[in-house]
Amino acid sequence: MVQRKTAPPKPQASGSRDISLTIPVAPEMEIVATAQVAALGEHIGMSRDKIDEIKLALVEACINAFEHAHTRDERLHLTFRVGRESEEGGDWLEVEVLDQGKGFDHLRIEPPTPEQTFLGKRKRGWGLQIIKSLMDGVQISSGDWGTRIVMRKYK
Amino acid sequence: MSDACKVSVERRDDVAILWTDGYINNQGGEEIAREAYKQLDSGARALVLNLERTRIVNSIGISILIEVLEKVMDRKGSLVFCGLTPTIDKTFRIMGLAQYARIFPSQDEALQAVRAGA
Repeated sequence: MVQRKTAPPKPQASGSRDISLTIPVAPEMEIVATAQVAALGEHIGMSRDKIDEIKLALVEACINAFEHAHTRDERLHLTFRVGRESEEGGDWLEVEVLDQGKGFDHLRIEPPTPEQTFLGKRKRGWGLQIIKSLMDGVQISSGDWGTRIVMRKYK
Repeated sequence: MSDACKVSVERRDDVAILWTDGYINNQGGEEIAREAYKQLDSGARALVLNLERTRIVNSIGISILIEVLEKVMDRKGSLVFCGLTPTIDKTFRIMGLAQYARIFPSQDEALQAVRAGA
């Protein structure tokens, strides 16, 4: 885990357009945030199924933060970006979820298995696995400043 | 919140069809579980969970559906799913729910399977 007091600079993508949204740590606020994914996804002509996948990844990132981050400001800071990889490259939609919480070491989290889920008592803890399975790229940085998850999906 | 999950039920002999409408999170999952247990307690042998009016099921909602499935299996009953969006179908497979419960494209196929003893 990186030790620093403030969040590192936001990743910049040339030519991207972004929308920022701050949501309170409160029940079902994650669903409010998914409306932005639908709007931007439709704007770049993304399929409904891909939009649904990004929505679910965002939901999982938000509920992970709601439950585990212990944010100092009781808020999540979301940024939605659309852009193009290169002149020939495909359009993408990216969602960043930033919390000012206690941080975590994602490399030390053991992925759950269906067998543990069904035969044992560990039914939870699938959020990161779902995010990584549904998105084309996921970057996680975390420290005592909080956690930033950047999730990208190509059109 | 307007997207809160609503559950409606139709009983056909010992088969209960549960329709969900809206976001399935912890509250939605608990609502489904309550209705499912009520149906099992009143003699339902098989449950068909039709999700065609739901577009998002989060991992907490799925974990509750897994608990319902385990309870149904304990009682030697069956629980099948139908009407899943591709994203929900994919998530059920990621979490392994598809290994333990059958998934059908349509309600008719799901009903046919439970009547045949799936």
